[in-house]
Amino acid sequence: MNLLPKLPLRELRRTPNRFVVATVVLAFLSTLLLFLGGLLDGLYLGSTGAIRSQQADVIVFSSSARDSFLRSRITPDIRAQVEGAQGVTEVGGLGFVLLGAQVPGQTELADVAVAGYELAPKGVPARALDGQGVADSRLQDQGVSKGDTILVGPAATPITITGFVDDTGYLLQGSVWVNLSTWRTVQNANRPDSAVTDGVVQALVVRGAGTHAALAGAIDAASSGATKSLTLDEAVLALPGVKQQRDTFNQIIYTTLAVVLAVVGLFFSLLTLERIGLYGVLKAIGATTKRLFIGVLLQALIIATISFIIGSGLAMAAAAALPAKVPLQLIPSRFISTFIGLLVAAILGSAISLRRVTKVEPASAIGSAS
Amino acid sequence: MTVLDMRDVRKVYRSGDADIVALDHATLQVDHGEIVALLGPSGSGKTTLLSIAGGLLTPTEGTVTVNGIDITGHDAKELTKFRRENIGFVFQAVNLVPFLNAEENLLVVDELGGGKGGKTAKGRARELLDELGLGARTRNLPAQLSGGERQRVAIGRALFNNPKLVLFDEPTSALDTKIGAQVMELIRNEMKARDTAAIIVTHDRRMTQYADRTVEIVDGRLGAEAPVAPQA
Ligand SMILES: Nc1ncnc2c1ncn2[C@@H]1O[C@H](COP(=O)(O)OP(=O)(O)O)[C@@H](O)[C@H]1O
Ligand SMILES: [Mg+2]
Repeated sequence: MNLLPKLPLRELRRTPNRFVVATVVLAFLSTLLLFLGGLLDGLYLGSTGAIRSQQADVIVFSSSARDSFLRSRITPDIRAQVEGAQGVTEVGGLGFVLLGAQVPGQTELADVAVAGYELAPKGVPARALDGQGVADSRLQDQGVSKGDTILVGPAATPITITGFVDDTGYLLQGSVWVNLSTWRTVQNANRPDSAVTDGVVQALVVRGAGTHAALAGAIDAASSGATKSLTLDEAVLALPGVKQQRDTFNQIIYTTLAVVLAVVGLFFSLLTLERIGLYGVLKAIGATTKRLFIGVLLQALIIATISFIIGSGLAMAAAAALPAKVPLQLIPSRFISTFIGLLVAAILGSAISLRRVTKVEPASAIGSAS
Repeated sequence: MTVLDMRDVRKVYRSGDADIVALDHATLQVDHGEIVALLGPSGSGKTTLLSIAGGLLTPTEGTVTVNGIDITGHDAKELTKFRRENIGFVFQAVNLVPFLNAEENLLVVDELGGGKGGKTAKGRARELLDELGLGARTRNLPAQLSGGERQRVAIGRALFNNPKLVLFDEPTSALDTKIGAQVMELIRNEMKARDTAAIIVTHDRRMTQYADRTVEIVDGRLGAEAPVAPQA
């Protein structure tokens, strides 16, 4: 038995009109899925780049900070304890402050996250001179150019941009990577209520040996519980809103996939209902239920694939038309997962017709009940 | 040699509380190449008998043997294979695949049998359609064919696998008298040319002239068998 039956393919080609409505609906649902996924990815990537780009094994917060950079303070003595912990090889301070910045030639303030570092994240130079830094490339959309001196915060602290780095956004703001003393200057001039003294940072970036969990445990033990160490993944999810955004969007995405399943299910149920007479005849002349159902499945998968291709085109066109401010990012893995989701929904949706296909009696072809 | 051997077949339909006995102690043999007309009024059990002979239904009691295969105990899957390989069907209503042309409707049989619709199969489909007077209509969809032409395509489909037994359920009842007579003529010629046995169900006594033998059925019981002189 050849498993690629010609019949369902011919039906698709000869009577495409019957499949147009379902294809259009599924194409729009594909667009919606890609759009939702793209927004989620954009929000996620734009919020977390500054942490994901850290070349570190764990990030150490003060234990009272409840995993927040804003609330966290690491003093020099605690840092010394962390440096002495089992397995720790390198330690660097880290601090963020979110501010508006005046950009030369721009009327609107740019949203920046001034980020002080010692151990450079991916793509950032190992050292920065006082008053200078590399900026996240998303700031280029807000008019920042290489060589510009931006004036940060109400105190208009100057920072000269010496270059750009990709994918280091922090809470959807463009990071400006500076050394720790520049960060302290900016922090203390613009946020005097939460000023930091010399040697104090928000968190520590730690490189070390052993498993991340063991390293984190050793650090928190060495500080006698004054610190709480998170892996990079944990620190990413601890950023405000990131986990909530992800959960919310995933729920909407799963709901949309359920709608896809319902559309495929309903469409093929109706189609199967229409085909009962034909299925009776085909069974009478020797078609198995399996073969007929494979035909339904094949059509569902082909329609899902065509819809996905159309939907992808629409999503990409929409993404190109949107202003850069909208945090929509279409990444390859999202296309793959959306396609897989659609195929699974198509398989499950067409499976609803299986019972009906099975129930068709070959004797119905001959109309013994007439 | 006997192609069909039905013995003491009984078929009871369960419909709500009532049991309907559609066939009772029906015994019928059809020889190789023989054309049998099964004549009876509506509701007498003709279609039921045909369905059991062709493995579309299983009998409540009795045995059915076709081409020496005892199908009495076959399950649904075995019956599907049996029908595919041994029986040709022509039904009362038009039942071609609407989106396939005449040739492709014949090739469905090849596909169901695991064939790939290659040159040999296509050649055979064209040859059959030629024989049935449809040589110029091979690319036409059923909707573009007349009722008589459609029924001829259905005959071609039934013959495609060279079955030893072809079952016709009122094949001309949807056609007007003249076309019906032509189709019956064609059926007879095709069966005789291939030495293929057939049962032709009808409620029209005039149709019995195309058969070698007529069996009457009333209320699910087969009556006296009346041999009929083959048509001149
Ligand atoms: N599926 C069925 N369920 C219940 N009764 C049926 C069914 N099929 C046929 N019958 C009954 O069985 C009898 C014989 O039917 P059928 O074989 O179709 O007769 P015919 O083909 O001679 O008109 C009729 O009384 C019919 O109502
Ligand atoms: Mg009938």
